[in-house]
Amino acid sequence: MDWLVELLLSAVIVFGGIFGLVGSYGLAKLPDLMSRLHGPTKATTLGVGSVLIASIIFMLWDQSTLTVHELLITIFLFLTAPITANFIAKSFLHRHGQSELKLPETGSECGWASFDKPPSADDDEPSSLTIPRRHGK
Amino acid sequence: MLAKLLPHPLLTVTLTIVWMMLLNAFSIGGLVLGVFLGVTVPLLTQAFWPSRPRVRNPLMIAEYGLIVLWDIVLANIQVAYIVVFKPNNKLRQHFIAVPLEIYSPEAITVLAGTITMTPGTVSADLSADGRVLLVHCLDTGDPEGTVTQIKTRYEARLKEIFE
Repeated sequence: MDWLVELLLSAVIVFGGIFGLVGSYGLAKLPDLMSRLHGPTKATTLGVGSVLIASIIFMLWDQSTLTVHELLITIFLFLTAPITANFIAKSFLHRHGQSELKLPETGSECGWASFDKPPSADDDEPSSLTIPRRHGK
Repeated sequence: MLAKLLPHPLLTVTLTIVWMMLLNAFSIGGLVLGVFLGVTVPLLTQAFWPSRPRVRNPLMIAEYGLIVLWDIVLANIQVAYIVVFKPNNKLRQHFIAVPLEIYSPEAITVLAGTITMTPGTVSADLSADGRVLLVHCLDTGDPEGTVTQIKTRYEARLKEIFE
């Protein structure tokens, strides 16, 4: 029984390690910033996730306690990874400019938020909430 | 009265649960402190929540979460395959514009986050009027198909949850 659990744990950790490695390799190998963003936002999620799953199983089996800290780490990871990626993408857009990147047209009245002003914003109040709300307050 | 005491019930529940998870062991004292935090923090930060997301269909949220988790696993394998086996000059990178049908800022935030976590796409920007998402694809031969997939798989479900 112990042998089986140990085998399972090692398998999960090695699986996670491989994905962590591939994600980091992608960061080094891919050609430019936007494609490099794909490595750390995805391949590493499964890597970290596997290690956390292994941690839960180990605590259940060895200490016979159920820990939920791993779940919290997962939630915080899912909340922060896309936001970091978005910040990096935004600074990339600002650095290179619209014409150089050949961005597609928005197809709506305004351009992309990095290069255009929102329709109703005053110059004095750039922080006002401008996304239209259709449903109530 | 209850609405005044609990201006943001969802936040109260979330804070209490997160507090209990941080404690990592159940105790009455911990629960009381958790509920206390869950009630006071929304009261103190009320001014920063001018409007609240309306959430319908809690079951749909669970379904959405499972679909996204499954897609994240697939995304990892797919991106790992591209990273390891595809030469850089054969990548078909595209920026695509995804027109949105959802209006609530919370729904758009969740959609953008989901896009970043799922197969070969990273959301980069929003149009200034908040109606179109700019998405970067790592490797796609069919940009229109990707837009359709995002709209049917994620946006349609978020629309049912938030609007």
